[in-house]
Amino acid sequence: MNGNNTAFRRTKSGALKAAIYFSAAVVCILAVTVAAVVLIKGLPHISISFLTEKPSLLKGTTGILPNILNTLYIIFFTMIIVIPLGIGAAIYLNEYAKNKKLTNLIGLAAETLSGIPSIIYGLVGMLIFVQFCGFGTSLVAGSLTLVIMTLPTIMRTAEESLKAVPQSYREGALALGSGKWRMLRTVVLPSAVDGIITGVILSVGRITGESAALFFTAGMANEIYGLAQAASSGNAGSTLTVSLYMYAKERGEFDTAFAIAAILLLLTVLLNFGAKYVQKHFSNRT
Amino acid sequence: MERSVYAESLRGESSAVRKRDNVLRTLAKASDRVMATFFVICGFASIALVVIITAFLVSSGVPAIHEVGFKDFMFGKVWTPTSENAQFGILPFILSSFYATIAAVVLSVPLGILTAVFITKFAGEKLASLLSSAVEMLAGIPSVVYGLLGMIYVVPTVRNVFELPDGACLFSAVIVLAVMLLPSVISVSASAIRTVPREYEEGSLALGANDTETIFKVTLPAAKSGISAAVVLGIGRAVGEAMAVMMVSGNVPNMPKLFGSVRFLTTAVASEMSYSSGLHREALFSVALVLFVFILGINMLLNFLTRKGKN
Repeated sequence: MNGNNTAFRRTKSGALKAAIYFSAAVVCILAVTVAAVVLIKGLPHISISFLTEKPSLLKGTTGILPNILNTLYIIFFTMIIVIPLGIGAAIYLNEYAKNKKLTNLIGLAAETLSGIPSIIYGLVGMLIFVQFCGFGTSLVAGSLTLVIMTLPTIMRTAEESLKAVPQSYREGALALGSGKWRMLRTVVLPSAVDGIITGVILSVGRITGESAALFFTAGMANEIYGLAQAASSGNAGSTLTVSLYMYAKERGEFDTAFAIAAILLLLTVLLNFGAKYVQKHFSNRT
Repeated sequence: MERSVYAESLRGESSAVRKRDNVLRTLAKASDRVMATFFVICGFASIALVVIITAFLVSSGVPAIHEVGFKDFMFGKVWTPTSENAQFGILPFILSSFYATIAAVVLSVPLGILTAVFITKFAGEKLASLLSSAVEMLAGIPSVVYGLLGMIYVVPTVRNVFELPDGACLFSAVIVLAVMLLPSVISVSASAIRTVPREYEEGSLALGANDTETIFKVTLPAAKSGISAAVVLGIGRAVGEAMAVMMVSGNVPNMPKLFGSVRFLTTAVASEMSYSSGLHREALFSVALVLFVFILGINMLLNFLTRKGKN
């Protein structure tokens, strides 16, 4: 009986261990396959002209320069608004707010925002920025939509790193006669810069991969804009992800779609490592 | 002599210096006040945004529900918004979203948890960090790329294996969703497992349990709330995913069948918004409102679970 029991336990344990190894292997194979397929099918179609031209029906060529530029514009516009907003909110939560209930409520609101799916952001962005504010389907409307979407990330990462700044730094600055803003600007924010950079990189990654929120807000045009044009209302433009969708689903040009997918994959991996590097770099320093 | 000249000059400057100091101090106080106001505004921005989003969704979503009738809207089985006898029943969308979510979670949660166990308990340091990087890469891949891979590989494979006329169906969507959920399930459960105190496991091992018994009877139950947070997070992701499933699900508003073409709450909004008008358009806002309410419910559950985990 006892021997049986031990044998049973050993078999069960072996089976579970096999399941664990099997799952890890599946995930491993999945990751390698996904990366390999995207790169093998995508990289051969990337050329200089593909990266530096806009699609032309006359010449029958495709180029993704407009989409690259639009992605950069949207990242830029979103960041210049969301960085001060998010850091400001984090500063308020960590340095000013005294009412615990209120900070909980703000935290709850931020969590709610981070749980809303991007298609709803797209719809709300269309209602608010495209129609109500009258920006039209434009890069500006898309960026403002993404500001709402990335706000929780910037807020949370900034708040976490503000919390990690020792209280004695603040007391030291105040004791030397500094005002609160001067103390924040010269002592607290510089010590919290790692979390802020991490949050920015994460948000840039999210924006690079975003499609559903931009579908109805930023539109699908493939025009090349200058910075001033991009910032004015009514100028629609598709980012890399939106154009990938259009090439794959609407036009069936899978070579182009895979080429964009490869670029997106490389970008997201790069951003991932960037975020990791920043964290490591700063945690080593302190 | 020199010293008294110096003192003299100090006395002469002192009022100017004092004046300058006063100006600076006033400026510093003013900037303190301005910045404090700015921070308060930023702090309340997220609350304001949630209120604005809710207000816009409710005000644009409620009219159509009112016009169609709540019961006909939520439980109607037919969605023919453009036909002459237009019907606006979104039960097919709700059920499709529901089934796809359940199925994707059932597929990806066990796989994800076991992989998290492997990363935290079985893999060496190098292998663990390699696997974590792979998982992070999967998490970073945009959803349209998953959709593209699904279109090119999953859909034809499903068609051939099950001998269907078209492989774009609920089943393909479930496969793609399951893959997309994996990274977040793995990383959240791995961090939940890491928080379990080492003493628990040592106690169990000392009592004669072997390593897998310890993991399944001590570690995982102790990490229960974190792992259930991972599951709920996965549910939220699956319900809210639009672009990837739109590319592989066929997008026909049928009642859900495993190998039938389906449309979800998200894809209904995404696919029809561009050409809709009138009541049809308003009904799409109502679909978004329904989706929003579901997501809020899931978020509340998630919140509850993470709070419980912290305590």
